[in-house]
Amino acid sequence: MSHASTAGTEWAPAPSGPVRDLAQLGVCAFLLVLGVIMLVDASTLGDNTTGTDPLGPKAVPIFLGSALILLAIGLTVAVLRGSTPELEGGEDVDLEARIDIKTVLMLVGVFVANIVLIDVLGWVISGAILFYGSALALGSRHYLRALVIAVALSLITFYGFAIGLGVGLPAGILQGIL
Amino acid sequence: MENLGFLLEGFATAATPLNLLLALIGVLVGTAVGVLPGIGPAMTIALLLPITYSLEPTGALIMLAGIFYGGMYGGSTTSILLNTPGESSSVVTAIEGNLMAKAGKAAPALATAAIGSFVAGTIGTTLIVFFAPLMASFAVSLGAPEYLAIMLLAFVAVTAVLGASRLRGFIALVLGLTIGLVGIDAVSGQARLTFGVAQLGDGIDVVVVAVGIFALGEALWVAAHLRRKATEIIPVGQPFLRKEDWKRSWKPWLRGTAFGFPFGVIPAGGAEIPTFLSYITEKRLSKHPEEFGKGAIEGVAGPEAANNASAAGTMVPLLSLGLPTNATSAIMLAALVSFGIQPGPLLLQRESGLVWALIASLFIGNFLLLVLNLPLAPVWAKLLRIPRPYLYAGILFFASMGAYAVNGSNFDLILLLAMGLLGFGMRRFAIPVLPLIVGVILGPRVELQGRRAMQLSSGDPKGLVGSVDVATGQFVVSAIAVVVYVIIVIILLWPVLFWLIRKLLPARAEAAVEHLSEELHQDLDTDRDGHPLASSHAPEIKLPEPSPKERP
Repeated sequence: MSHASTAGTEWAPAPSGPVRDLAQLGVCAFLLVLGVIMLVDASTLGDNTTGTDPLGPKAVPIFLGSALILLAIGLTVAVLRGSTPELEGGEDVDLEARIDIKTVLMLVGVFVANIVLIDVLGWVISGAILFYGSALALGSRHYLRALVIAVALSLITFYGFAIGLGVGLPAGILQGIL
Repeated sequence: MENLGFLLEGFATAATPLNLLLALIGVLVGTAVGVLPGIGPAMTIALLLPITYSLEPTGALIMLAGIFYGGMYGGSTTSILLNTPGESSSVVTAIEGNLMAKAGKAAPALATAAIGSFVAGTIGTTLIVFFAPLMASFAVSLGAPEYLAIMLLAFVAVTAVLGASRLRGFIALVLGLTIGLVGIDAVSGQARLTFGVAQLGDGIDVVVVAVGIFALGEALWVAAHLRRKATEIIPVGQPFLRKEDWKRSWKPWLRGTAFGFPFGVIPAGGAEIPTFLSYITEKRLSKHPEEFGKGAIEGVAGPEAANNASAAGTMVPLLSLGLPTNATSAIMLAALVSFGIQPGPLLLQRESGLVWALIASLFIGNFLLLVLNLPLAPVWAKLLRIPRPYLYAGILFFASMGAYAVNGSNFDLILLLAMGLLGFGMRRFAIPVLPLIVGVILGPRVELQGRRAMQLSSGDPKGLVGSVDVATGQFVVSAIAVVVYVIIVIILLWPVLFWLIRKLLPARAEAAVEHLSEELHQDLDTDRDGHPLASSHAPEIKLPEPSPKERP
């Protein structure tokens, strides 16, 4: 923050670590790529401007694509001038600790497994795996208790929502048993 | 008053045994989920939306009204007992509320919050009864150019007024608009940004975006920073207010309501500014100013009422214009759309019965909340002890159940994961989530109105600021549109204007700002022994003045 004289930043904790957060340049790259994709996609659209639709389907994507590229440039300039993100804390968030990417990757892995398995095995099994895997990834060491909760939760939600309220959850291989 | 007649009909719809049961379930589940640490009202509604899918729209909305108020109340319980509030709107409540709890006065703190929420919610909902139809009858007269201008104002307001960094706000907005663009263009029938994927033709469901960004993104973010040692939780007895507490609370409730409601109605008013104003006012007016900073009951009563009145106020633009002004009302709007209800100025005319049943259930939900939550407070407090691995595993579990239930397809789970990772990245880089959600919801409608305005003017850009009068055939500039565009320009140029104003009136303005910030500094940064508090909640507190942090 190059300009911190106003009241809004008075209570910001002293910046820890490097003043420049260069990982933000990744965001710039993401915005730039997204902007280019938008423009390329817009160029494939037919030119359908008609009397009833003088603006056509292309105008907004072209505007947004250009805006993304401009924002990417703007953020790059801001980052290089020392702009750092102001992170929000929370009940369970310890911002002092290093970012724990291993846990995040494990959670994503468990979630992907759920995506692949839900239609095959059904919600009761894939949901239980999702809960159990996530709880263990998040550091639960009560192996049996977590498993019992996982199975109970997926059974309750299946009977409560799918059968009770008619929410569409798949029965999968347990079709006919549940 | 014909409104009262409609309202009575609404009560008749909402007060059937089945609908009362739905409201009761909504309040209970909403509070239970809202109390869980890290889950704010918006996320509560997003997570619980699937429960309502199988109900018919009226029953679903009645349940949502219960969830809405339950989630709000649950959030304030958490902030009083844990001190680190789930959303920025309860930051101010947490200051004195947690100090009271630490001083052994958790029970009166929770009681004044609960009764204050009830008072503010009831007054706020009564005001909805009068203002929503008024605003809707005004809104019906708006044409495409005016409507376009007002929605653009909502964009600029949520992006540039709320939040710390304008640049990051606009990044979030444009990302949201981009997500909203995906799918087949309604006018020309051409697929945009679908990359040949058939399931993307219908666009990305707003519920999937909301659950992904709010729930999954938050769970992943917390997982990356999980505090390994448990936070200290204060035991709670039965909430009660002594006579003395009543005497000290009732005026702050009313004043807080007066601050909160108007800020809820205007786009981008939010709850941060009125809760803050209420806090400062109560401190000034209190007979016990020395208690502020040590746990003053006025400092809980006022801001909590302001918070709830502001939430009620957001219902006015939501029901009369289809404009969401905070994250919670954005999710409510998404819910309306998912029930096949078209929000906008005609909502009150077309779906009159439904809207009045919703308003009636806001009253009912509010009342149930009071009756239930005073006795149940110790139970809710126990929920705060839920082990964190189960809590966040549960969020992942319910988020994926909800997303799957939208279309019964695991394609939505892939989108949910993508949105969750986006939400994680946004938290890592402090890009605000509210502009994104508003962009996703309003983006397609802005484009439609813009194209409609251009169509009416046969492609003349003048069509964006006015229209041709049917009677005379003359082009008339719309005063409303022009005024709204002027406001937009002022908001956008505010950092420059602010800088100019400070230059022109250097001494006095500077001194006033300095004084205010010093006062806040004292209140917020030190506990009763004068030691600085842990800095965890500090970054969330912002002065209302937009500060020119990003230099243009």
